[in-house]
This record gives sequence, C-alpha cells and structure tokens, in this order.
Amino acid sequence: MPTISVKIDGTTYRDDVEARLLFVHYLRDRLGLTGTNIGCDTSNCGACTVLVDGHSAKSCTMLAVQADGCEVQTIEGLARGWAGASEPEGGQQDGWHPLQTAFHTEHGLQCGYCTPGMIMASVDLLADNPDPSEDEIRHGLEGNLCRCTGYHNIVKAVHAAATQMKAGA
Amino acid sequence: MTDLAEPTRTPSVGQPLHRKEDARLVTGQTRWTDNLTAPGTLHMAVLRSPMAHAGITRVDTAPALDQPGVIAAFSGADLADELGSLPCAWPVTADMVHPDHPPLAVAEVRYVGDAVAVVVARDRYTAADALEHIVADYEPLPAVVDMEAALADEVLVHAGKGTNTCFVWPFAGGDIDAAFDGADVVVERRFVQQRLIPTAIEPRAVLVEPVAAAGEYTVYSATQIPHILRLMLALTTGISEGKLRVVAPDVGGGFGSKLNVYAEEVIALVLAKRLGRPIKWTESRSEGYQATIHGRDQIQDVAIAAHADGRIRGLRVDLKADMGAYLQLVTPGVPILGAFMFPAIYKMDAYDFRCTGVFTTKTPTDAYRGAGRPEATFAIERLMDELAVELGVDPMELRRRNWITHEEFPYTTVAGLTYDSGNYEAATDKAMAMFDYDGLRREQAERRERNDRVQLGIGISTYTEMCGLAPSRVLGSLSYGAGGWEAATVRVTPTGKIEVVTGTSPHGQGHVTCWSQIAADALGVAFEDVEVLHGDTQVSPMGMDTYGSRSLVVGGVAVQQAAEKVIEKAKRFAAHLLEASEDDIDFSDGTFTVRGSPEATTTIQDVALAVFAAHDYPEGLEPDLTSDVVFDPENFSFPHGTHLCAIEVDTETGRSVIRSYVCVDDVGRVINPQIVEGQVHGGIAQGIAQALYEEAVYDDAGNLVTGTLVDYFVPGAPDLPSFTTGRTETPATSNALGVKGVGEAGTIASTPAVVNAVLDALRHLGVTDIAMPCSPERVWRALHDAREGATQASGTVASRPPHPEYGESPPQAPAIATQADLSGLDEGGQQ
Ligand code: FES
Ligand code: FES
Repeated sequence: MPTISVKIDGTTYRDDVEARLLFVHYLRDRLGLTGTNIGCDTSNCGACTVLVDGHSAKSCTMLAVQADGCEVQTIEGLARGWAGASEPEGGQQDGWHPLQTAFHTEHGLQCGYCTPGMIMASVDLLADNPDPSEDEIRHGLEGNLCRCTGYHNIVKAVHAAATQMKAGA
Repeated sequence: MTDLAEPTRTPSVGQPLHRKEDARLVTGQTRWTDNLTAPGTLHMAVLRSPMAHAGITRVDTAPALDQPGVIAAFSGADLADELGSLPCAWPVTADMVHPDHPPLAVAEVRYVGDAVAVVVARDRYTAADALEHIVADYEPLPAVVDMEAALADEVLVHAGKGTNTCFVWPFAGGDIDAAFDGADVVVERRFVQQRLIPTAIEPRAVLVEPVAAAGEYTVYSATQIPHILRLMLALTTGISEGKLRVVAPDVGGGFGSKLNVYAEEVIALVLAKRLGRPIKWTESRSEGYQATIHGRDQIQDVAIAAHADGRIRGLRVDLKADMGAYLQLVTPGVPILGAFMFPAIYKMDAYDFRCTGVFTTKTPTDAYRGAGRPEATFAIERLMDELAVELGVDPMELRRRNWITHEEFPYTTVAGLTYDSGNYEAATDKAMAMFDYDGLRREQAERRERNDRVQLGIGISTYTEMCGLAPSRVLGSLSYGAGGWEAATVRVTPTGKIEVVTGTSPHGQGHVTCWSQIAADALGVAFEDVEVLHGDTQVSPMGMDTYGSRSLVVGGVAVQQAAEKVIEKAKRFAAHLLEASEDDIDFSDGTFTVRGSPEATTTIQDVALAVFAAHDYPEGLEPDLTSDVVFDPENFSFPHGTHLCAIEVDTETGRSVIRSYVCVDDVGRVINPQIVEGQVHGGIAQGIAQALYEEAVYDDAGNLVTGTLVDYFVPGAPDLPSFTTGRTETPATSNALGVKGVGEAGTIASTPAVVNAVLDALRHLGVTDIAMPCSPERVWRALHDAREGATQASGTVASRPPHPEYGESPPQAPAIATQADLSGLDEGGQQ
C-alpha cells in the first residue's frame, strides 16, 4: 500500500492507503473530516469541493495518493482560518471566512448539503476574480449543484463576500 | 408608567432574521446520516436488477461470502419472511390493485434497480466489490414502459393481478354534459408531464444501531418522516414502536423523495437484528436514480368549454398516472391531490375528473415537490393560454374574466374546496407593474414585426395551491391511512429559556428559526432564548413530519397554540405568587401584571423558576410549565400568486433564455421574509427545470437512459436567472397565525409560466405545443415542423417533437373544436 503525507487544514497526516481510495473517502472515512460531502458518483455536483494547493478540486475525482505532498483546505479548516501561515484576509471576528458569513446573512443555503463545496469553490473563484459580475459568479460555480436555493441567494452571497473582502483588504 | 422606561423586546415575527441552523452548516460541523458511524459498523451494498422485467431463476450468494471482509450475504428468498412488504398508505379506492412489494425481490424483478440481494462487509469498498461475486440469473420478461401500452394489458407487470390498471378514480362537480353541450368554444389538449428525478443533493442513507440483547434499535435515516417511518417499520417488522427510535439527523433536502419508507431502511433494520451489528448503507447517486422514487409522469387529456366571451363553462380531465412497478408510500394519492386543483382560481359550472393509475416496469413514482398540484396547475394554466389564443384575447384578460374576485371569498370551488381568502387582482396588478407587462408586449410586437431571429415570449401563471396537509377528516375521506395533525410542546426551563419540541422534521426549510420567532413573540422572550428540538422520536415522540407545505401551517400553528397554553398555565402560578386573582392577571411581552396594581409584576422566567422549585404553588396544579398541543387544521390553506416570465427564444438554435422572471406570491402572513423568498427561489428553479431541462428517459427495454447526473440535466447556476419576487399578504382565516405555506408554491407556479412564454414567443410561427422539457432541440424541431407544416399547407400543425417515450409518432394534440362563430368577441380588435 502506498504511503501518503498530506497537510489538511494545518495538520499533516501520514497514512498507508489503498491505491484506489478516493480522496473524499480518505477525508471522510479515514480522517473523520465529514465537513466535505459526497453528492454524486460522476464528478458533477461539486459537493466534495476542497482546495488543493490553493485551487478548488473535486475530492471525489482524486485519489488519496494524488494528494500526497499537497496542502489541502476543507470547509472545516476555513472555519478556523486559512490553513497557511497567515490569518484570513477579511476574516470575521468569530473566525468565519467572509464567504461563510455571507452565505449565512444572504440566506445562501437551505439544507446546507451543497454549501461546503459551494463555499470552497467560491473561495477559489474570488481568489481568481475578486470583483466578479453576476454572470462570472454563475459561470464560476457551474460545477456545483444546489437543489434548494435556485442559486439566487448564493450569487448574492458571493457578491456580498467579495465586497466585504475588498473592504477588508 | 414605569413600564415605558424598560427596554422593549423587538418582535421577531415578520423580521428577516438570519437562520439559527446555519452555523454548523457553513462550518462543516454537520450530522448527515453518512457522517455517522457506530462501533463495529458493517456496510451494506445492494445488488440490483439490470433488467426491467425478469423472473429470478437463481441467486447464489456463496461466492460473495468467500471474499475477505464479507460478513454476510442474502437473497430475497433468504429474508422474505422477515422483510415483509413495503407499505403503501394511500389505497385511493376500495378495489385498488395493491401488489406485494418485497424489499428484496424474490421471484421476479419489475424495474431496473429492483433490489435482488444484499451483502454486508467491513467497509464500503469491500461491500461494493462483493456484489460482483453474487451470481444472479434471470429469465427475461417483456418490459412495458409506456402507460398507454400498459393499459392494453398485453404485458402484465404483476401477472397475478391480471391487469396493469391500479385504480380508476372518478370525481365530478356540476353537470359536465350541460357545460360542454352548446358551448361556444371547446379547446382540447393533451399534455405530458414528463418523469422527473427529485435529486436532493444529499443521497439517501441509513444507519441502524441495535442493542440486540434488548431488542432495541436506533434507525438514523436521511428521511423527511421519522415519525411515519417509525410507525411503518414497526408495522412491517413487528418490532414495537417503543423499541424503535428513528432519528432524522441533518437531512440534505428531500423534495418528497425522502417522504417514503424504502427497501433499504427495512433491510438494514432486519440485518441489524439478525447480525446484532450496526448496519449502514448510503446510496450512490446513480443507484439512487434507480432506487429512489421519481416524480410526475402523467398524461393529461384535458378539455375546456367556454362562452364566447371567455367565461369558462366546464373542464374535463382524463389523467393517466404512472405508478411505476410498485406502490410506494403515497404513490396513488399524488394524482388524487391534483384532482382538486385543476379548476384552480377559476369559476366554472362543472368539472369532471378521472384518473387511471397504471403500472409500468419503471422505478415507482411518488410525491415530488408539489405532488399532483404542479401537474394540475400546468394543465389549467396552459389551457387558459390556449383558450386565450382561440378567442383572440390577451391571456391575462381571460384570466381576469374567470377568476374568483376578492369580494367573493370564502368561495367554494367546483371541486368542492372552500378557499378562505385571497386577492388575485392585487397580486396580479403588482406583478404586472413590476414586470412591465405592457412594455414587454410592445417589444414582442416589434420583434415579430421585424422578424427578429430572437423572439420574445411572455408567459403567465396565476396559480393557487392547497397546502397545509391536512385536515385529518378530509384525509380520511380520501382513504389516506393517517391524519394530518401536528404536535408541539413548549416548555419553560428553570433558567427561563424556552424549549420547543416539534413534530415537523425540517431538512432545509428553517423551522428552527421560524418556530423560534413564533415562540419568542408569543412568550415575550428573546429569539435567542428559544431552542427547537426535532427529528428524533425519542425527543419528539408525536409528529406527522414535513411535506406538502404543511409544516408552518400545521406545525407552526401548533407551536403558537402550545405557547399560549403555557401562558394560561403560568398565569395561574403568577396569580398565586402575586397574591392576586387569576382574573386580574394580564400578560404582555413576557411580564405578568396585576390589573390595578402596577407594582405587582413578575416575569415568565421568574414564574418558571418558582414553578421548578415548587415550594409554594396553588392547590390543584402540577408544578410544571410545559404544554402539549396537537393541532388538526379545519381546512387547507390556499396561497396564490402571479408569476410572469419573459423568455428570449433563438429561432435558429432553439435555445431559450429567461430574460426576466417576476412573481408576486400571497402566502398569507409571513414569519420570516428571507426564508420565504428562499423557498420561492428554490421552488421556481425546480419548476423551470421541469419546463426547460429535466426528463427521466427510459428506452423501450426499460433501461433508465438518464441514469446518472451526467445524463439527467439538473440546472446549475448559469442555467437559471435571478428572480424578482414580491408579495401581497391576505392572511389565511383558517389558522390563528394567518399563514398559508410556501414550500411548493414556486414549483407549482413556474413550469406553466415558462412553457407559456416559450410558446408565446413562437406561436406566430405556427408552433402550438412543445413537450417538456423545452430543450433547444425540441424547440428547433417544433419550429422546423411548423415551417414544414406551413409549406405543406395541411392546416394542422404538428409541433410536438419526438418524445422519448413515444418515439417519432407522439400522441397528437387533438385539434381545436370551435363550435360557434367567434366574431365580435372582444377588445382584441376582431370587431
Ligand atoms: S461528489 Fe464530487 S462532484 Fe459530486
Ligand atoms: S442548500 Fe440544499 S442543495 Fe444547496
């Protein structure tokens, strides 16, 4: 069995893993990091989105072995601030990322199942484009499905977070 | 007068308070069923039929048992005695054909995905691998996929029953023959409600944790209905309810798909009992597409008769509803719920309805957001547009001539429902103003005039729905197996905090927040001081759960009533503490006062502590500040609204893009406007999805062609517009809160608004109908066929594109029968 070493939300884990183990199952079943969800088996829904070396990735579409040597951030780490050395930019008093706050205040979630993936994808989106238009937000999140909100308030939340992050920058 | 100086609590009902639910959801600290595990948990995997219809000739699980890590494996025959039959709680007629529904098929499989065998292994990968080692042999039988073919009874889904007709349910009001005989205009149409897959983003999952020696079981399930599930599991397995605890932990959406009792829930319970180990199962999305209920799937033959001035005389509906291969929990009841909604907001003399339930070799259908009512609303709202075209009247004007006016409430419809309140004029006027109806009509005319490649269409839907399921005696009269009440308990703790226990089971709707708002205002306490407990039969033993836009209208009202009962109780303690007569005690904003002696006051918190200590309380009272209520509504509630859609259709590519979507909904009194808007947004999105994107397609052999999320088009953010929402507020008179329910409204309203818009864009080009979903290909084909039809000058426009179920020769829309000279009709300018 291959051995991997991966830093997740600031903690480094070393594990022997089956070569075929999906990274999302490694997170959920091996490490108990159940903040990251699974919504499909075809890489369509984005519920499993995490950041791998700063870029959003569908953790169901990756093998655990592919995460070897990577730095990963999940929704659980976002809540505690960035996984890296520095404090979150525009971070909230309560430790939430501005996107977490904005999804809350703009009612960008109902059941909340898509939310971790949606927020992590939005982190990447705003890193690439700190001032996105509605259209850019919609296209930037096209890999993430939400069945509850109709996306209206998700778009508003990403907008609000972008504004907040620019003000805080 | 000292009162004035004290800080006043801000009322919370009506405020867009941010949700209490969100903290753990935005931080990933959730308890989805698949997150849960118990020591020694074993993982279950299910072998499913690859065939739509076949006899099972052999199932050999022995090779799977040889695999390392596999603990047990069973065929249907192995477990038949313990598994029993899955329940259907809604025998809509006394002679309904109700076939056995074994959770694991024993002799025959009847749809692709029907469960055949299970394995239990130490981890989920091993369990999935082991399925490949089970040997299952089948003797193929013919599939029957199309409802009309099934009605011929040449291929029987349940041979022993001798028919594929599950039931015929007739319903009538008024003299339908008189309404149609001699009508100036009759318009007949056939509409097809395509099959949809609900696709809650959280897949289904179940974990059963046994205490084998005690015969006790805790069932964690991604379900909307922990209470009903507990009852049904008790009935199915014979385990008494007291030894069954059902928990719905965090549940990631349902939309009806988790309003059921599923094979895997029963199998996991039986295996936990047999093996004495926790059993866990989580569906994969593709597995769920076969094994979790589907929605819609109806053929609607409808006819409307009207006077020359547009006033409706009568409506005929002949419905065929696809049950799929078996009856799930409320499968037959879904189209029956729709029966009452076809007449919608319109006055008419007569109504005739008939529904035929049909078995086919497909995944069972059941309630999907709206459950019968979106189908009905689609038919009537599409028909109103067709009638308007036939009469040459503006479609909104036609609706105005027919709807119940606000002075006419309460109004008993031809379907026998009494609508308590509403104001269709107000909602419509507001929506029209927000939408710029007249401006868009002008632009539409210009685009037509210059033969623009991109045509503009305007679609209308003026809907109502019955929600707040439901008065128990009405459900009884419809042969449903249970009531429609809801339970609530309100308790003041010794520290003066409030505990609300509710029988509703939220999975995204925000009950914790809204029930907190209701209780906070009723008791005069801070919103933050209220906790809402739910979703665990050990915490809330009484409940009827969450579906049918019922939670606020029934469960929320129960919370309000329980809070009022607590105050009544507390008054008696307060009178004792303040040494006053109970009749002299007033309660306001959390404080008890004695009339006439302003200094004598006490708060509900102080009373709670005194009651807890119980050192000094009146004779005849029990020392507690808890009240239970079971509220059974006297009527449904009837939210309504006007939805308007402007759509741009590219006549060369067939692509439709929604340019603006405006809705004004009247959902009665609003507890939390932000949550209401969210419900409306999500509902509209699902309705648009039916209109433009989604369809579960089966091939002739009964294979689900759209079997994964790759093939089944759930719209993403770029596929949907932003929505402009507004509200009018006509309080419901059937409950003290004046609330009406909002969970399904958007879905019910939006589908016909969008399809009407697409057709409105293309009508002048000869297109009269497009089967849903109005995909670019179908729109293009409709335009193409219309042009061909025009060049052939045949006089009939066959615009229906090939339907996956009917192939190249779809059922033709019957031609419009015009029985009178329509000249001189209206201000449409024909005079
Ligand atoms: S679970 Fe990874 S994309 Fe759906
Ligand atoms: S909030 Fe439920 S799927 Fe997005």
